[in-house]
Amino acid sequence: MTAASAAAPAAEQLRTIDAIRSALRDELAADPSVVVLGEDVTVGGPFGATAGLVDEFGEARIRNTPISEGTVVGLAVGAAARGLRPIVEIMFIDFATLAMDQLVNHAAKLRYMSGGQLGIPLTIRVQGGASGAFGAHHSQSLEAWFAHVPGLRVVAPSTPADAYGLLRSAIRDPDPVLVLEHRALYWGRGPVDTGDAAIVPIGRAAVRRTGRDVTLISYSRMAQTALAAAELLAADGIEAEVIDLRTISPLDTDAIVESVRRTRRAVVAHEAVVPFGVGAEIAATIGERAFDVLAAPVERVGAPFTPPPASPALEAAYVPDAAAIAAAARRTLEASPRTGPAGEAS
Amino acid sequence: MLPPIPRAAQLAQLRTMLRIRRFEEALIELAQTHDVGHFHVYVGQEATGVPALALLEDGDVAYTTHRNHGHLIARGVDPAAMLAEILGRATGTNKGKGGTLHLASARHGFPTTSSSVGGPLPIAVGSAFAFAQTGRDRVSVCLFGDGALEEGAWHEAANIAALRRLPVIFLCENNSLEALGQKANEYPSSTLASPRLTDLVAPFGIPFAIVDGTDAGAVHAAMTEAITRARGGDGATFIETQTVRWPGSRPLWPQLVTGRTDVRFAWDDAAIPDAHRAWFGGQDALLRYVRELVAAGVPNDEVVAADEAAVREMEAAVAFALESPYPAPEEAFDDVFGDPRLNAAVGPQGIGA
Repeated sequence: MTAASAAAPAAEQLRTIDAIRSALRDELAADPSVVVLGEDVTVGGPFGATAGLVDEFGEARIRNTPISEGTVVGLAVGAAARGLRPIVEIMFIDFATLAMDQLVNHAAKLRYMSGGQLGIPLTIRVQGGASGAFGAHHSQSLEAWFAHVPGLRVVAPSTPADAYGLLRSAIRDPDPVLVLEHRALYWGRGPVDTGDAAIVPIGRAAVRRTGRDVTLISYSRMAQTALAAAELLAADGIEAEVIDLRTISPLDTDAIVESVRRTRRAVVAHEAVVPFGVGAEIAATIGERAFDVLAAPVERVGAPFTPPPASPALEAAYVPDAAAIAAAARRTLEASPRTGPAGEAS
Repeated sequence: MLPPIPRAAQLAQLRTMLRIRRFEEALIELAQTHDVGHFHVYVGQEATGVPALALLEDGDVAYTTHRNHGHLIARGVDPAAMLAEILGRATGTNKGKGGTLHLASARHGFPTTSSSVGGPLPIAVGSAFAFAQTGRDRVSVCLFGDGALEEGAWHEAANIAALRRLPVIFLCENNSLEALGQKANEYPSSTLASPRLTDLVAPFGIPFAIVDGTDAGAVHAAMTEAITRARGGDGATFIETQTVRWPGSRPLWPQLVTGRTDVRFAWDDAAIPDAHRAWFGGQDALLRYVRELVAAGVPNDEVVAADEAAVREMEAAVAFALESPYPAPEEAFDDVFGDPRLNAAVGPQGIGA
């Protein structure tokens, strides 16, 4: 766990989409084996993440592919097996389902099945989440599918700085990493230090806000929503600690457990549907490692168990908001009075 | 016909074919008493894999399938380590974590082996892309069966290979000549609407050849042309090799229904049992190769001596595999990630637990 550091005064204010492009540019420049593959990447892809890179690095390294997600991921696996470091952009996480054979049966397993003879340094950039009324084929949060697979690592940044730093880590990683981007975050600005010192290690959560009463655990866009919920709670004198996981797999369980053992209450918030999700994994982990101090059942906040609806009105109701997270936090406080663990002042 | 290579090289290919045949026969016998999982054998396809893969050089790669044993032996992988892997032993090629369906030996040019039908097609194209990208004069070979053309991956992979003129060779071993359709008690593999496999190649403009997979010389010629095309920067080739399915490979599980091969059948027609006359008398690729060598003047005794050496080698390989220890239980946790700290820590508790 690393505390969220205050941005250096000189840090540039960048949009997330620009931070992603900066990370791609820096790794393309640092390592000639890095290549970018995806549909329409030479013109920037649907959101402009790769815009202009072809002018700097040429069509040999910024490669448009057919609309063949499964084979493009497989091609990247074969290229990674022979010395390249491919970055594949899948336009929407919904279409990563077309590549599951190559991702799950090949990329994730080749090191293991070969007895360590082969590593697959592969980055999959994929964006998702519900925003903009894109409907159920362009809005899902499928991170639990990938986090469930041994051999895959899954990161989900919520800030421009993490979008930069985690993507660079992913590209340098010796194994396949899925980088889950949330398109609703693309246009938000934040301070971004670039350069090697700004690389964010995979597997380390960040405490975005400290508090003693309840721990809000989240990632991706919902980490921002959790911060807003903490503001709502603060207005009522409730001090919430906000943990931004940043990496979903491997989970930074130490950061979670350390915080919950202090606050004795936890709310897990994600945009994915609740059943069988990341929140269940976190709640189980807390149960295993902090059951003795829990003052209330762990609350889970997520989308209802339905496909993402298209209508803006329905979509707004589908995505959990700050009030929903704050309400869950209040329920944990109603379950028992606010006193610290035995021997500790609350 | 024999490949137009020196006699010593022809004899080396004979030895490799014999070693493959005796390996598979030994494995089928071993499977009667030991659990080796679901496996597939290369009996009857030796005259495809051996001459084809003999043309590869260091740095070239081959991606193969569930029917991989013959391919690995053809490239020099130690049969004892392969049998140990198939039996899940620590001395196996993959440290016991791959098994028969995933035999791999990176230093012999087999980075990984996929048993997902069609799975190796995109990966082979990807390695060809890496070779082209980095200016390496190497080829990537994808070995697969006729069933893989039923997968969508074929069409996507062929499109990209053709579009980018990548140095990949699609070597499709069609071993279904007597498995077409759904015959009773057989395992069908060809369920394609198109009458010819190559009908699914032509639209991409990829040059193709259809050769008799029991004709080592024809395989050598087609493969030579394909490699020349790939190394010359002129892109992909599709080769369909046709063989009759060995009767022992028709059941879901391989069975030694023909008995062990007797190399003397090649010159003593009367010795062939009537029940298996079609197979040993004309369809078996190994015996065809032997007959061609004998016709070219190789003494029968030399063939018998090579065969006996292959039998002895596989007896020793079986003994090695059976004597080899199983991996320590901790081995199951290793090699998930490249960073060993992650392997030690990964589990239900995640990192740092």
